[in-house]
Amino acid sequence: MKGDTDGDAAEGTRTDGDLWAGVRDVSPLMLGIVPFALVAGIAAVDAGLGLAEAVGMSVIVFAGASQLAALDLLGSNAPLAVVVGTAVVINVRMVMYSASIAPYFAEYGRRLRAGLAYVLTDQAYALSVAEFDENPTRSRWRYYFGAAASLWVVWQIGTVVGVVVGAGVPDAWGLTFAVPLVFLALLVPAMKDRPTTAAGVAAGAVAVVAAGLPLNLGLLVGAVTGIAVGLATEVVEA
Amino acid sequence: MTGSSLSASSLRVWVAILLIGVATYGFRLSFIHLFGRIDEVPARITRPLRYVPPAVLAALVLPDLVTLRPSVAATLLDERLIAGAVAGVVAWRTENVFATIAVGMGVLWLFRFVVFA
Repeated sequence: MKGDTDGDAAEGTRTDGDLWAGVRDVSPLMLGIVPFALVAGIAAVDAGLGLAEAVGMSVIVFAGASQLAALDLLGSNAPLAVVVGTAVVINVRMVMYSASIAPYFAEYGRRLRAGLAYVLTDQAYALSVAEFDENPTRSRWRYYFGAAASLWVVWQIGTVVGVVVGAGVPDAWGLTFAVPLVFLALLVPAMKDRPTTAAGVAAGAVAVVAAGLPLNLGLLVGAVTGIAVGLATEVVEA
Repeated sequence: MTGSSLSASSLRVWVAILLIGVATYGFRLSFIHLFGRIDEVPARITRPLRYVPPAVLAALVLPDLVTLRPSVAATLLDERLIAGAVAGVVAWRTENVFATIAVGMGVLWLFRFVVFA
């Protein structure tokens, strides 16, 4: 395996190609990212955030599902601990991606790895790990960075456009209904076998019944129940 | 809205953003940073994590689509549930975020502005 370091001039052309390969391969996914980012901007306006706060959230958090959940809770005046706790639970899956992609980045320096971690997303992770396995001669960080940085740029532009557009649309149109629709589009493929389906069904049912709980705790209770049911189903099947 | 309540809510928003951002970056960096010191992630950690996406997403979506009402008919005859059910089928068949949003919003508007109007 090649030690692919930054200063390797002889590999310049090929590694530029690796960066652009990442940009190219991620572009079809933008069809899903653009509406998602627009909704994040629209939901920010709906929750009472200004442009600076909306962009601040997209830059600092940069994780769509958790941003939408946090905005929903901020808009309904949930306690700060519930807003943060919910978003954190949603993003804990990043630990799984970090663990899975870490061996591919082990050879790079600490600073580069710290930068690569910032742009880690569901899409950049899934795309890159598949490519690393298929094409081991790639400059891994360049390919990953091409994909992940493209997602970052589109996410920020989409947020700004969503804020501008969202401010001009009448409430009766119910544009924030696009938020659960985005989650639905992510949920369906996440229920890919029996244990994950059981987890989703249980979590959804409990969350509906527990919707009246104070502090918006129904979401957390539902999610924890779903995880437990998923694990139990896996044990029963094994 | 008064100036003082605006700044208080703005502070609340920024505190939330920073706390969520720091935690999320910690999750992203965790194993990318640690790798080399530990060889393999224990199954105790990875097994439950597998169920986080479906469980959290379902717990987010369903309460936005379903509101329990005194009668079954009143619960089912809800524009959000109908739109969500149709959008769910689209999500399942196409796995396309854009198509799911477009169809879901279309059905919502159809019921809100035409059928139930």
